Formats: sequence, C-alpha cells, structure tokens
Amino acid sequence: MNSRETLLCPRPAGLYCAVGDFYIDPVRPVDRAVITHGHADHARAGHGAVLATPETLAIMAVRYGAQFAQTTETAAYGVATSRNGVEITLVPAGHVLGSAQVVVRHKGVTFVVSGDYKRRSDPTCAPFEPVPCDVFITEATFGLPVFRHPPARDEIGKLLDSVAQFSARSHVVGAYALGKAQRVISLLREAGWDRPIAVHGALERLNEVYGAFGVELGALRPATIAGKGDFAGDIIVAPPSALTTAWARRFADPVDAFASGWMRIRARSRQRGVELPLIISDHADWDELTATITELNPGEVWITHGREEALARWCGLQGIRARALALVGYEDEED
Amino acid sequence: MRAFARLLDRLSLTASRNAKLTLVRDYLTQTGDPDRGWALAALTGALSFSAAKPAGLRKAVEARMDPVLFAWSHDYVGDLAETIALVWPSRPGANYEPDLSTVVDALAVASRAEAQVLVEGWLDALDADGRWAMLKLVTGGLRVGVSARLAKQAVADFGDVAVAELEEIWHALTPPYLNLFAWLEGSAPRPDAAAAARFRPVMLAQAINDAVDFVKLDPADYAAEWKWDGIRVQAAHEAGVRRLYTRTGDDISHAFPDVVEALRFEGVIDGELMVMRGGQAAPFGELQQRLNRKTADAKLLAAFPAGIRAYDILADGENDLRALPFRQRRARLEAVLTRYGSERLDLSPLEPFETWAALAARRAAPPPGDPARAEGLMLKRWDSAYLAGRPKGPWFKWKRDPRLVDTVLMYAQRGHGKRSGLYSDYTFGVWRDEPDGRRALTPVGKAYFGFTDEELKRLDAFVRENTVERFGPVRSVRADADFGLVLEIAFEGLQRSTRHKSGLAMRFPRIHRIRWDKPSRDADHLANLEAMLEIMGS
Repeated sequence: MNSRETLLCPRPAGLYCAVGDFYIDPVRPVDRAVITHGHADHARAGHGAVLATPETLAIMAVRYGAQFAQTTETAAYGVATSRNGVEITLVPAGHVLGSAQVVVRHKGVTFVVSGDYKRRSDPTCAPFEPVPCDVFITEATFGLPVFRHPPARDEIGKLLDSVAQFSARSHVVGAYALGKAQRVISLLREAGWDRPIAVHGALERLNEVYGAFGVELGALRPATIAGKGDFAGDIIVAPPSALTTAWARRFADPVDAFASGWMRIRARSRQRGVELPLIISDHADWDELTATITELNPGEVWITHGREEALARWCGLQGIRARALALVGYEDEED
Repeated sequence: MRAFARLLDRLSLTASRNAKLTLVRDYLTQTGDPDRGWALAALTGALSFSAAKPAGLRKAVEARMDPVLFAWSHDYVGDLAETIALVWPSRPGANYEPDLSTVVDALAVASRAEAQVLVEGWLDALDADGRWAMLKLVTGGLRVGVSARLAKQAVADFGDVAVAELEEIWHALTPPYLNLFAWLEGSAPRPDAAAAARFRPVMLAQAINDAVDFVKLDPADYAAEWKWDGIRVQAAHEAGVRRLYTRTGDDISHAFPDVVEALRFEGVIDGELMVMRGGQAAPFGELQQRLNRKTADAKLLAAFPAGIRAYDILADGENDLRALPFRQRRARLEAVLTRYGSERLDLSPLEPFETWAALAARRAAPPPGDPARAEGLMLKRWDSAYLAGRPKGPWFKWKRDPRLVDTVLMYAQRGHGKRSGLYSDYTFGVWRDEPDGRRALTPVGKAYFGFTDEELKRLDAFVRENTVERFGPVRSVRADADFGLVLEIAFEGLQRSTRHKSGLAMRFPRIHRIRWDKPSRDADHLANLEAMLEIMGS
C-alpha cells in the first residue's frame, strides 16, 4: 500500500505523482501537468510542460491561445511515455473529443485516473476503454442513484417532437460549449434533422476544432438576428449561460431547452426556468459508475470529485475498499 | 402511460397559457379513448386516488435498495414521489407497462393491500417519467399548473366549440367522457345537460372605458349596483339537489354547507359570495379563510359565516328566466328574496341615479358601510337577456380608481417564458421607522406587470447595474435614502397579513408609473398605507 500512496497522492493543486514529478489536471499552475480533457476546470493555462492528446492540446490552444503552456507534448491514445521510470498512457475516456483516462504504471502497480468519463456511445469521441488496474481513481459527478440518464436518442426525440408541435416557436438548446454542443448537433443529425442548425458565436471555434478532427456537424449557421420572427421552427444551440441573457430573447417565442444530466431533477429545471429539459450527459450516471467499478474490479477505488460519499458507501457495501479524495476545484454544475 | 407522463412532464415546466393549451389539445387529439378521458379527469381534479401511501412506498423502496443511499437521494431531490421514480430499480419485462385506464380500472376495485402490490408492479414496468406520473396520479395530487378551467378550454379548442357550451353540459358528464369526445368528434349528438342543479355558464361584464363609452350610453337604459368584493357564485336548487358553483363551474358546495343550507327557494341565483355578519359584508381577506378548502368545520363556519348577496336570477322553479330582460329578472329576484331572503342570502340593492356625472360622484365617494369597500359599480342594461360569456354592451364594470402609492424597488427576480432572461418581477417597499429611530425600507408587495417592453428593458438594465447581492434567481438592488428607483404602484385593496413583515398585503398590485425622477427618500411611509387600511376596513 505504501507504493500506492507514493505513486499518486492528492495535493491542494491536484493529484500528484512524486516519483514521476507530475500532476494530473492541476487546478493551479505547476511545472509538469498531464491533462485529461479540455474542460476549463481540468485544463488550465499557465503550466510549464503539458502532456495531453492532440485533440486536447488543440482545444486548449483555441481557448487560451497558442502560448497556454511553456512546452507541450502530444500523447496519442495507447502510446506509453515515461517520466522518471513511471509509465504514462492515455486511453479514451468517452467524455468529449480527446478526453483520456491516465494510466500510470510503476513497478508492477497500475493506477487509472478516469478523468471525467461516460460509457454511452457518442458520435463525437472515442469510446471509453476499460483498463484493469490496482487503483481506479474515478469521478462521481452523478454519484447518486437518482441519476440514471435515459437514452440520449429519446431525449433528442423529445426535442424534435417539440419542434414539430410548436413550429411557430424557436428552440434554444443550452449545451456546454465543449463536447455537449457538438454531441447534441451530432445526435440531431443521427436523428435525421438535416436543416441548418444555428449556433451561438461562442461555439464556432470549438466546432471548427471538432471539424478538423473529422467530426461531421452538418450545415451550421450563425444565430444572428435579421428580423422579428426569425428562427421560428429552428433549433439554436448556445452555451447555457446565454439562455438567461437578453440574447436568447431575440428569437421567435423561444422554448428554453437545456441538455444536461442535472435536468433529471425537476427542481433544477424549474430553478433555471427551463421549459424543455433534455437529460443528456457526458458523465457516467450511477449505473455506469457502479458497473465500471464492478467490471474493473480494482483493489481500491479513489473518488476525486462529485457525490463521493454515496459512491464510497456503495463500494463499501460491495466489499470494495474506497476512499473519497474530495478534490476541490472541479465544477460539476455545467454538465 | 407514456403519453400521459410526457404531457404532465411538459405541463409542469411550461408557463405560457397558450403552450399549455396546445399541449393538452394535442394530447387529446393523439390519444384514444378511454385514456384521454381519464387524463382529462385527472387534470380537472375529477379523478383522485389515495391508494398508495407515502409510508408504504418508502418501505417498498427500502426493500429494494440500501436505505442510506435512498435517504441521501431523498435529501438531494426533496420530493418523495420524484425520488422514488428516479431510484426505483427497473425490471424491464417483469410486468407489462400499464396504460392510464389500466391503472384507473385496477385501483377502482382494489383494496389498500392490493393497491400497494399493483403500484409496485407498475413501478417495475415503467420508466422514470412513467413512474413519476403514475405516482403523482395514485398519491392524489398532480400539481402541474393546469386549472380545471384551462383543461376545459383545451377541450373546447380540441372540439372547436365555445367553452361556455362545454360548461353548460359539464356537470352531466362523467369520466372517461366517452359521450363528450364522441360529440366533439362529430360521431354522436351533444350529451344531454338537463341534470338537476347543473351549472349555467355565467354572463360577464366588459370594463367600461370612461373616455369613450359614456357619451354613447343613455343613463336611462342602465341600472347600477355596487360591485361587491367577494367571489362570483351561482347557487342552484332543483329537484332536491343544491349546489354552489364558482363562475367557472367548479362545484364548491362541500366547502360552504352554511350557504347551501340557506338555499330554500327552488331555482338558480347569481350573486357574490362573501363573509357576512348581521347583513354586513366582511373584507375579502376573511372570505379567503374559507376558499380552497375541501370542507369546513364548525369552528370555521362560526368564525367566518358566509352568505350570498344576490344580483340575478337564472331560473325560478322550473322556469328558465335567462331570455327575459334584466328588468323582469330583477323583479322576480326581489320577489323570491322577499320570501326566502335571510342572513345568509340577501339582495344586492340598486343604486338609483339620473346622470352619469351623479353616478361618478357616488363612485368616487361611496356611502359608508359595505359600498365603501366595494370594488366599484356594475352597470346593467334594463333590457339585457342573460347571455353566456362577455358580450359587449349589456353589462359594464366600472371599477373604482386604484389606490396609488410611491414605493422603492428592493428586489428583482427573473421572469418566465418570454421574460425568463429579464428581471421582470419586482418586490417593492415603503419606509418605516425602526425601533432605533432610523428609517428603513420594508417590502410591501410584488408586481410583474404594468410596464411596456421598452420600460422592461430599462428596468432590467437598472437591476443589473445596481445589484447589491444575488440569491439564485433573485437580486437585491441598491435602495436607500440617497439612491433607489421609485415605483408608483396601483392596487385594488389592502389587507392585514401575518405572512408579510410589513403586516400588509396588497390586492392586484401593478406598476402604474416608473418615477425615474423621484428621489427614493420621498417614497411613501408605511403609516400612509396603515391609514388607507383604516378606511378600507381590515
């Protein structure tokens, strides 16, 4: 157990590997960082050296400018690199484009840091790959049995039904700018929606990154207003924060939709004034979290952030050693 | 159950009335009998179960999952039915997925113990939304923001008939309303409405426009009476059946046994329901103690005795009087009340007048007693028949000018629907003296209309620029003696209230003018409102 403690341990800046001298998803600037994915709470600017997938590095460059770190190193999925004898491999996490789990191996001990992950199919990113390990360090954003995401296809069906039913209104879908927005657009395409989809300006550059990595989003157009009654019968995708601004009021009698795992809870929808909640999440739900732990059957489970206590209790009931790390700095509100 | 669950789910989050009407109407179009009829019954409150008890459901869940995880889940979600719907372990294929009528039919004949088993089996078979809808239905309380009135309007839209026509026959109908839908779809005649003591659609008044209407109207054509401050009711007594209805046809007989008891005549009377003591009407606030209750106990009946102040008669014995002119109906009403009037049923007196100017003076300075608390005057053409709906011309309401008060904007909340991005709900306050002698603002009400879209934009910008604190969707804005936005508020009445810190509650407050020019220190003092309360009675 001692080697486990020293291989990775929680520090205020994030998970730290003393032997390899690097942090995973540090929340403040450090010398050497491994980044799991491009969401702002995991990928911050100002580190010395950054190791990440090519997609994540491209996303960071779009968000923070090309100089977001002093040096960068690309790690393709499945290709191991070494730091002071510690082997680091990034494998797909299925969360967003370029998202990775970090597999850390040293002297025969394997740690897997899941980062944010999901097990559902997602046309915009590579699927989660289970890696057998001694310690599985998991997220628990939706770590309560109330969170069971319905099939995303059905939720998109709800949206399209509403568009047909309220054809004189516009539908503004709030979706996190990185990942969720592109997934919603892809799911709409899979469901046969082939009309141009209007997008908020904040999404444009990330959509281009997705396009550059081969994710087809179909015809998009800027959601800029020309006259009153515009966008009736249309679908507009925008970051969640734009829903509550005057920007979203310019469209024809908009139906506020919001694509998020939090929409499972009615009070959340009501608080945000959401008329059409779409329960679409890029995080593992309760069943995925527990099924993944059962599948991997690790010696120990560490839980980084989210509702750690419930998942830890579940592990305890299954006879699996679990430990809540209670890392701070990872926001779960936007999913 | 899926379609019903989808309907409830959307209704519960939809604010716009038109959108709600569309949702219900489309559901009725797309759903067959008898499910749509049961759904309509559930929405109009005609169908309620208490088959499943929360304690029984909780036990059933705890037998299926870790009670600690369930308790944490319940803490997180808040609502028990919703929590159970979400955490219940699905067993797809374990049972068939019930449709709405299966649930209704099975529960109608089930014992308490059988009901529990049935509900558990359905929970196994349904998905989370279906479980939520089913639990809402069987625990008796949909609470999805749809009034019976709105549901009926949607049915009328669906069948392309006037809602008054529907209301006329409503009380002859029973769920699942097969004959109603058959008629609305043109495959059967209109259901027979000749039930005893049925509801008759009421006649409503137009608001008069002081500026243009009076020049066209001859005072000799109209009768005037005070517009009482209670709720409009219809009292029917036919073939031994006695009923009391609201103006939308909701049967409230069970909550007003004292009033029903006083219906000794045979026929149908139109009047105002108020708390009345010794022939004197009490303020509206007292009537509120009796409203929205299923029953009334002896203590409540003694403390807040209700009665009807009658102003029209629709049927006298078996004779339908609605086609007669108001003058003749009025004579019949007076004759009936001479015989059957009581402390619980009295006559709304006419207010004689010669000219509009004379009447205007009476309206501005009503005589003391009940008229001083009236909402204004009603004008009724002597020759008007009793027509359903709101015909233009025969009846007018001439409301008293609203009371005005200068207040200071204290809090703003984001609105709903098309206003959801804007701070459009405003809490305002007036000055009051604190025990330490300083003046401080105390909230006295909330208003969310009375302004134009342009003004709303300006108000929204003011709120954003002067936010002091944020609490979820609410912002507090800077409001002190040196800075603040003065809102001139118009309102219809004042009541004492223990719910509000100021001890007052306003009726129908709205923004009358935005006083961008007025210094906040010059807004009204609570003492001014207290003085108004004295005049209006409390």
